[in-house]
Amino acid sequence: MESAEAMIAHIQGLSSTPEDLAHLHNLLKQSEDSLESQAPNLGPLLTQLDPSKHSLGYLYILEACASATWGEQENELVSTIAKFIDSCVTEQIRLAPEKFVSVCRKLKDETMQLQMPIRGVAPLRTAVRKLQPTSEHLTTLHPDFLVLCLLAKCYKAGLSILEDDIVEVEQPRDLFLYCYYGGMICIGLKRFRKALELLYYVITSPMSSMNAIAVESYKKYILVSLIHNGQFSNFPKYTSSVISRNQKNFCQYYNELATSYASGKISELQACLETYREKFETDNNVGLVKQVVSSLYKRNIQRLTQMYLTLSLQDIANTVQLNTTKEAEMHVLQMIQDGEIFATINQKDGMVSFHEDPEQYKSCEMIEHIDSSIQRIMALSRKVTAMDEQISSDPIYLAKIGRERQRFDLEDFDTVPQKFHM
Amino acid sequence: MEGEEDLRESMIEEDIRANGGDADDKRSKAIISSEQMDVEAYASSYTGRTKIARLIFIAEKCGNTTMELEALRMAYDEIKKGENTLLFRDVVEKIGGRLGAAYGMDHAWVDGVDRRAEARKEKLENELNAYRVQVQAFVATVKVIYKYSMESPSFDTNLIKESIRMGYNDFGDFYYAHGALGDAFKNYARTRDYCTTSKHIIQMCLNVILVSIEMGQFTHVTNYVSKTEQTPEALDPVTVAKLRCAAGLAYLENKKYKHAARKNKVIDNVNFRKFLELVPEVREIINDFYSSRYASCLEYLENLKANLLLDIHLYDHVQTLYSEIRHKALIQYTHPFLSVDLNMMASAFKTSVAGLEKELEALITENQIQVLFVPTARIDSHNKILYARHADQRNATFQRALQMGGEFDRDVRALLLRANLLKHEFNNRQSRKL
Repeated sequence: MESAEAMIAHIQGLSSTPEDLAHLHNLLKQSEDSLESQAPNLGPLLTQLDPSKHSLGYLYILEACASATWGEQENELVSTIAKFIDSCVTEQIRLAPEKFVSVCRKLKDETMQLQMPIRGVAPLRTAVRKLQPTSEHLTTLHPDFLVLCLLAKCYKAGLSILEDDIVEVEQPRDLFLYCYYGGMICIGLKRFRKALELLYYVITSPMSSMNAIAVESYKKYILVSLIHNGQFSNFPKYTSSVISRNQKNFCQYYNELATSYASGKISELQACLETYREKFETDNNVGLVKQVVSSLYKRNIQRLTQMYLTLSLQDIANTVQLNTTKEAEMHVLQMIQDGEIFATINQKDGMVSFHEDPEQYKSCEMIEHIDSSIQRIMALSRKVTAMDEQISSDPIYLAKIGRERQRFDLEDFDTVPQKFHM
Repeated sequence: MEGEEDLRESMIEEDIRANGGDADDKRSKAIISSEQMDVEAYASSYTGRTKIARLIFIAEKCGNTTMELEALRMAYDEIKKGENTLLFRDVVEKIGGRLGAAYGMDHAWVDGVDRRAEARKEKLENELNAYRVQVQAFVATVKVIYKYSMESPSFDTNLIKESIRMGYNDFGDFYYAHGALGDAFKNYARTRDYCTTSKHIIQMCLNVILVSIEMGQFTHVTNYVSKTEQTPEALDPVTVAKLRCAAGLAYLENKKYKHAARKNKVIDNVNFRKFLELVPEVREIINDFYSSRYASCLEYLENLKANLLLDIHLYDHVQTLYSEIRHKALIQYTHPFLSVDLNMMASAFKTSVAGLEKELEALITENQIQVLFVPTARIDSHNKILYARHADQRNATFQRALQMGGEFDRDVRALLLRANLLKHEFNNRQSRKL
């Protein structure tokens, strides 16, 4: 059993070359237990190490310290971890990712306990970036970071992570939570398209049993798609049968809401909201449901623009069941402002003239936008091809296919090895 | 310059008016009486069971006591000519003594008919059984004969088959006359196994179709119509017409109006003229529709409506058909114009501007007034003008392409994620096994 001092000496001596680091990592692993037993006394030792040079060793000791109770010094712990995350060396911490994750989780828990989640936002964003090999990888820290963003209401900070296209996933749970919290952040920022996309990932993922994340995502998906698209269409065939089988049990009242929305009648929608108000409240979705209601007004006004060139405010108010022309005017004004309709209001005689979408698809910006979409899709298609190749040459996959082939004795398949030896 | 403009405008207005609006004064002829339908005249064009059925139907739906009693009285008389005691009881109950003693329950008649029916049924059963016994005996003989000679026994089989077929057929007729439609259907259908010539098959099919129409089972009707049409022998024109009619009715019942119309058109080709002479109102309607005199067309239709509602087959469909016709007329009216004055259009259709606006709104929403993907009409509510809206194909295409791109993007990324999840799950399971 080595003393803590000797350990510190090792760390200081073996933190430069990769070979040294590998050796140090072994040493650290062996002395994990002893570090834990000395946890309360390790704090002062940290000052002897430089987190930007001795990241691996620092990480081990910090993790051991953090697991001990800190009582009054929580504040100090938070700033120590934050400083470490900020300055640590990427290559070194990736040698012990589970330790790094544990330290980051500690930071998250502490900031939440201190009711200052905002203090964890910046460090965790750095942590996520340092832990992920490429921006396509999902780490287990993603959901933790997003929770802090939600709690601290720093939606914009969360968005920076959500804008990456995640492809590499290891744990379904991480993905579900990432998408669910991400969806909530996007809802908060009223980026409904992105929110729908994220929730869609959860719901259409392969799953063998129902889980709470999927249920809540399903509920929010219905609401957001009503707000954003004005309708809710069923999920594609590849959606796990678990979802379609169980959604009636868990989300029937959301389905009913969607049906009453489709009727286009405000009164029906309101009645539905009142009937299930309590349930929406328990789900913490009342705010969203209210947005659904107000989106129906917009939807109905939008429908009118398809049919009329001019229409009086009074007629608008009557058709969409608003009480006064003033309210109708406010709605139309708001929608013009948001670019949802193209219209002008003539206040003199209370008429609204609706125009066509002025977008002519001729501007440079539009061409650039289209070009970037094409580039994106080409890149995606390349990725699909690469993945296809990778899977069809994956030994484990081939072994499985080979085993299954034996069952069918078909000559057509002799291009695939009958048995694949590994 | 301005004067010229005005002049042109007024000319156009004239034109439009001639097209739609006040066509009535010029064409005051042949306005059909929508008043009382002459039940007697109506009934005289039908015979047998349909006459009774139609009369009872009129009695139920006309909502007018004199007419109801008149219809019931005639039904009563008609039934007495036949043997249908079930229907008789029904009608007597409906009359409920309102037509005096002469139209009360005639127990003697009922009992007499029932007794005769019972006797006849027994006789038929005996005959049929006799045939059956014959068949069995015959089969036994054939077995014996076969041991000695290879002579073909087909002539005799056909003879016996034929008698069994006749037996079942008689049974069917018998049940049909007595109103036991289900049994009649069964017996008619049973003759199928004993049909030896395509003539028999056609007869069988026609019988079955007749019974099914009365039972209201229109799936059978379509079934047997197609069966009949498959028989190798050429059908005579009367049979073809009968079949087409039956199919038309069946389609109507299933709300496939388009098919019904097509089927009817085929029969009409030959006898169209004659047919139209019989129903002058229909001819007027069609002429009006094609020459765009919508107001008078719709007016005729409105007049006919009361009578059509009394038709046993059309009753359920009149409403839907009417609104379809009206929509078609609206669409046809707007078709050639770039812009339409709603005031004039409203007068052409004899409705208010507000009402017309609502109707058009519904049509635009259903995308009926449209070309390709973009609704092509919009209403200027301020000046009360309907404008055709020219879809910008280029913009629409861009818009859809971008939308498709977005959806594809999302779907592919979802696919990659799912594939990766499956891969990892699979790998985990493998590594646990190893």
